[in-house]
Amino acid sequence: MHFAPLGDRAVMITLGNAISEATHRRVRAVTARLTARPPAGIIDVVPAFASVAVHYDPFLAGRHEGASPFRDMVTALEEFLADIADDALPSPRLVDIPVCYGGELGPDLENVAAKHDMDAAEVVRIHITGNYLVYMIGFMPGFAYLGGLSDQIATPRRSTPRTVVPAGTVGIGGQQTGVYPLDSPGGWNLIGRTPIKIFDIGREEPTLLATGDRVRFRAISLEEFRERSARS
Amino acid sequence: MTLHIVTGGLQTTVQDLGRAGHQSQGIPVGGAMDLLALRVGNLLVGNNHGDAALEATLIGPAITFDQDTLIALTGADLDASINGTPVPAWHPIFVPRGGTLRFGQPRLGCHVYVAAAGGIDVPLVFGSRSTYLRAHFGGYEGRALRSGDAVQVGVPSRLSERMAASLRESGAVPAVARWSLGGLLRPRYGDDPTVRLLAGAHIGALSGDARERFFSGTFRVSSSSDRMGYRLESVELALEAPVELLSEGVVFGTVQLPPAGAPIVLMADRQTTGGYPRIGEVIGVDLPLIAQLKPGDRLRFRLVSLDDAQRLYLAQEQELAQARFAIGLRSF
Repeated sequence: MHFAPLGDRAVMITLGNAISEATHRRVRAVTARLTARPPAGIIDVVPAFASVAVHYDPFLAGRHEGASPFRDMVTALEEFLADIADDALPSPRLVDIPVCYGGELGPDLENVAAKHDMDAAEVVRIHITGNYLVYMIGFMPGFAYLGGLSDQIATPRRSTPRTVVPAGTVGIGGQQTGVYPLDSPGGWNLIGRTPIKIFDIGREEPTLLATGDRVRFRAISLEEFRERSARS
Repeated sequence: MTLHIVTGGLQTTVQDLGRAGHQSQGIPVGGAMDLLALRVGNLLVGNNHGDAALEATLIGPAITFDQDTLIALTGADLDASINGTPVPAWHPIFVPRGGTLRFGQPRLGCHVYVAAAGGIDVPLVFGSRSTYLRAHFGGYEGRALRSGDAVQVGVPSRLSERMAASLRESGAVPAVARWSLGGLLRPRYGDDPTVRLLAGAHIGALSGDARERFFSGTFRVSSSSDRMGYRLESVELALEAPVELLSEGVVFGTVQLPPAGAPIVLMADRQTTGGYPRIGEVIGVDLPLIAQLKPGDRLRFRLVSLDDAQRLYLAQEQELAQARFAIGLRSF
């Protein structure tokens, strides 16, 4: 566990240097503890692939006159996280995401298939067979970075990003797959769309996915897509 | 009490201190670009320092007040007037019922804050009234204000009422209070500031030449800058070798270096995480200086230590705390 300043009001806790499930578990453990009982002065805790950024207010975090709020915060974090390895993590939630693949909703599905010399149905089969892990949320509200995409369908990003990708679109970008929570520009290959809202400001829990969740995709028909879109 | 928006200006939004605490869900903090100007503006009208105010950019709005209102203008100088009479920034101002606030040419800075006694009253979203334009939530219907909007103002505090009453008695229209807040609470804005910076995690990855240019060069703020980030041009920086990074947390003031070599300073509406090398972080007390730059303005960076940055921050916060205390004790 390595602590470094991130500007004058945050500490970066580095827990590894690669994407792995072991590092991810440490990220979750640190985040869970800091979120449940934060030491004085902490205002936000931001988990990522292999690090946790801890935002704090130096005015509230300093323990004594004349000392460094940063060093005080690191000391507090070191003490607070000393026995972190013993923490039991809550079992991951399993989230099922229905997707209508191909056609207008997934305009790049055929291209992805052609790149890998397979047919579209095979891409879909591989995509829905995957067991995905939410390593982190970032980039935009509710956007989940998912690990677990099969190498068989990993596909480089498009050379020219689209200016608008509709919310709910499922894409493949390099080794990653994911769902766009909002309408936004995007460079991923679009293979389908879910009728479920990944981000909905009107919902009690606006973000569907959280760090540590397990995700599976399930193929649905265009009919079911339309029906569920109308309902949500 | 309602603010009637006659014209919306270039981009006028409701902002407060932002919505920290939700970044783990990918929700940007947002909030005022110049947080100090927002906080001081609120103190000048007897509000809590974190109440919501209007942030107007370069071309200000025109606003009619449907009741007597105590306001303060802080941040940029956009040549403000009330019913045609010029009014200064950084002072409490009593606007009579029916008065109209207008702005002219930008003279200094980019963002002006219009704080009104009682604070702008829009629904809280994730604990904040800030407008997040990219996802259309928070603030006034998740968007910038436009002609015809009616923006509600909350109930003024008793302190605000006392302040307003003493100005009303003066009989002047509009009436401007003589007192203000100075010292560390009045940033020294300019169009070519030197902005102090802490070394970022990946500053070591800059080539020798680039490191030299980073601290000797004069950068220009690009026209494609916005509330999310300020793109800097005219000095190109390069890495010794490409750096493979995993996305991780960033802060207000993080200076990122994308592969093309033009740095980006992350601002209020920054993403919660980023994957580009971080070559520096602007210190907290200098964020207002950079926030008030407009496209075409210039800046330089100077390296300081973390201890110095935090000492400066604590001094500013101490002065704010004292100002809040002193204003509460004043008899108006």
